[in-house]
Amino acid sequence: MSAVDRAFEALRQQNKKALVPFVTAGDPSLEITAAALQELGKRGATVCEVGIPYSDPIADGPVIQASYTRALDKKIKLKSILDTIGQVTPSLPCPVVTMISYAIIHRHGPEKYLDMAQAAGVSGAIVPDLLVEESDKFVQLCKQRDFSLIQLITPTTSKERAKRILETSTGFVYYVSVAGITGERTELPPTIVENVKWLKSQTDLPICIGFGISKPEHVHLLKEACDGVIVGSAIVRRLCEAGSKPQAEVIQEVGDYADTLLDALNG
Amino acid sequence: MDSLGTASHNVPDAAGRFGPFGGRYVPETLTQALDQLTEEYEKAVKDPSFFAELKDLLRDFVGRPSPFYHARRLTEQCGGAQIWLKREDTNHTGAHKINNTLGQALLTLRMGKKRVIAETGAGQHGVATATACAHFGIPCVVYMGEEDIRRQAPNVFSMKLLGAEVRPVTTGSRTLRDAINEAMRDWMSSVEDTHYILGSVVGPHPFPRIVRDFQAVIGEEARTQSLERLGKLPNKVVACVGGGSNAAGMFYPFIEDTDVELVGVEAGGRGPKPGDHASPLTYGEPGVLHGSYSFVMQDEDGQTCDVHSMSAGLDYPGVGPEHSYWKATGRVEYTCCEDNDAMKGFDALAATEGILPALESSHAVAKAMELAAKMPKDQVVLVCLSGRGDKDAAEIARLKGVKY
Repeated sequence: MSAVDRAFEALRQQNKKALVPFVTAGDPSLEITAAALQELGKRGATVCEVGIPYSDPIADGPVIQASYTRALDKKIKLKSILDTIGQVTPSLPCPVVTMISYAIIHRHGPEKYLDMAQAAGVSGAIVPDLLVEESDKFVQLCKQRDFSLIQLITPTTSKERAKRILETSTGFVYYVSVAGITGERTELPPTIVENVKWLKSQTDLPICIGFGISKPEHVHLLKEACDGVIVGSAIVRRLCEAGSKPQAEVIQEVGDYADTLLDALNG
Repeated sequence: MDSLGTASHNVPDAAGRFGPFGGRYVPETLTQALDQLTEEYEKAVKDPSFFAELKDLLRDFVGRPSPFYHARRLTEQCGGAQIWLKREDTNHTGAHKINNTLGQALLTLRMGKKRVIAETGAGQHGVATATACAHFGIPCVVYMGEEDIRRQAPNVFSMKLLGAEVRPVTTGSRTLRDAINEAMRDWMSSVEDTHYILGSVVGPHPFPRIVRDFQAVIGEEARTQSLERLGKLPNKVVACVGGGSNAAGMFYPFIEDTDVELVGVEAGGRGPKPGDHASPLTYGEPGVLHGSYSFVMQDEDGQTCDVHSMSAGLDYPGVGPEHSYWKATGRVEYTCCEDNDAMKGFDALAATEGILPALESSHAVAKAMELAAKMPKDQVVLVCLSGRGDKDAAEIARLKGVKY
């Protein structure tokens, strides 16, 4: 059982829903990334998702894309990101997974990447550009290592294809709420609940919903259907303000924001 | 890299692989649209009326077949093999790009999609897409990097005159690569009713195959014209390679003519230092970019490197996966030509033949001149003149420090 499986099992026993917050590694600095992970862990995040900045992200909206660009402009490298995660994970109450482009994994070599990530205490990965057709080898490597490979299913995924994706997913399933890019939205499509209900009938894996979720109202709408929510752009937007505001204040704000989501999920 | 054996016509496979290259590395959201495109294209290929309609358009709207021209004075100046030009610059809109956009616009209609998006570097693909969309009455949005908008103002104006909306891209290097990122992002949110007319043999399966097939008309005509006019095939065929669509279209019909040497010319920019050129097949390594596995200019972390070329159309850090396959099989020789030499190619063709080549094509012209000079007079070097140079006049003036 992987660390991600254990985190969801513990939550299930408490009859609670998961909050999976996302932070961009290195924006505005690796020090702030570390502080944010510790704060989010303390507040009760189930799993923390760390975005590894990539030069050409296709699935990301303007907020996360800009945060990747800022981090890369500071010449932040994978090694220093994993070093930072490695410093945090021993004291973090929740597992860390990375959101990482396959371009980066391929460049280092899948096995070497997994060695490096596991040495830093990373428990899983979301690889948004590694489709089920291209993922056989990586799925096997992850299974051998008990490293969770969290696969994505979207509103444009056919049922037949979704079944195939569910077979290769471990840890949890990332259901993408909208056919589009990441980013805060005022409204979410009404089909989400129905789609997630169907997915739940097909798998025992927890299902978390991401993309576009930023408000407690969204959480209220979705919490019955899913096992948790993933929140990215709203946190990244707050954290990047630490470039101009005192760090402690920004970290506190992000923690308080996480509390509002946790209250909506489990309050 | 180990040799993959002999290059075959019979690629890609069902997964979009050219040997190990190609495939699909995209977000899950796009798979449905890519599957739909694959399916529709398969149906179109089997439907004689599809290619009949495209053929009529290419003849009456584009002006095909394009001329097969003996550059006598340029040949004389070089003093070696005969230099012949396949004149894609004479096409409607001034470049080879129109061959592909008309084909994909027809596919858009077949899929019942109501809107088209495109990306453009030099602007030629943007103009060709805007033209095809105006021809069929399809609304069109073109993404273009701010730096390229500056370099290619006449094309930007043309696109607007043709009714397209040109959206400036202000992220990253503000060039073609960022324009592709933005177009892909738009497509992520609009796949239900929008087709993305990708402009080169890059991107996820099935784009590299579809674009190659639509551009193969260049090589097919050139092969026939060569047999008719020369009574033989050329000894060497030379084409410039950015993403690689004109080269793919030119080379593909010659792939199994193993006596014909094929030479792809990348943008050597200011020199071999990283960041100074746009030559992934010459200096890069295999990696993942914009949805496929191919040669890429990347750093040790897999981040895409900045690249440079004086030609906006070649200023791209990746290349089509079939070119990577041809490189790995040894079928095509890839080399590069630096900015200064390409400018000499431009000047030579203008002065000797009265033809202003696009800066992209000037790379191929310069390399062909160099190769021809070392070859016997009875041999033939055929160059794909992918586009005309009017669009580059202002940029050339700036580079030469001339006011006009």
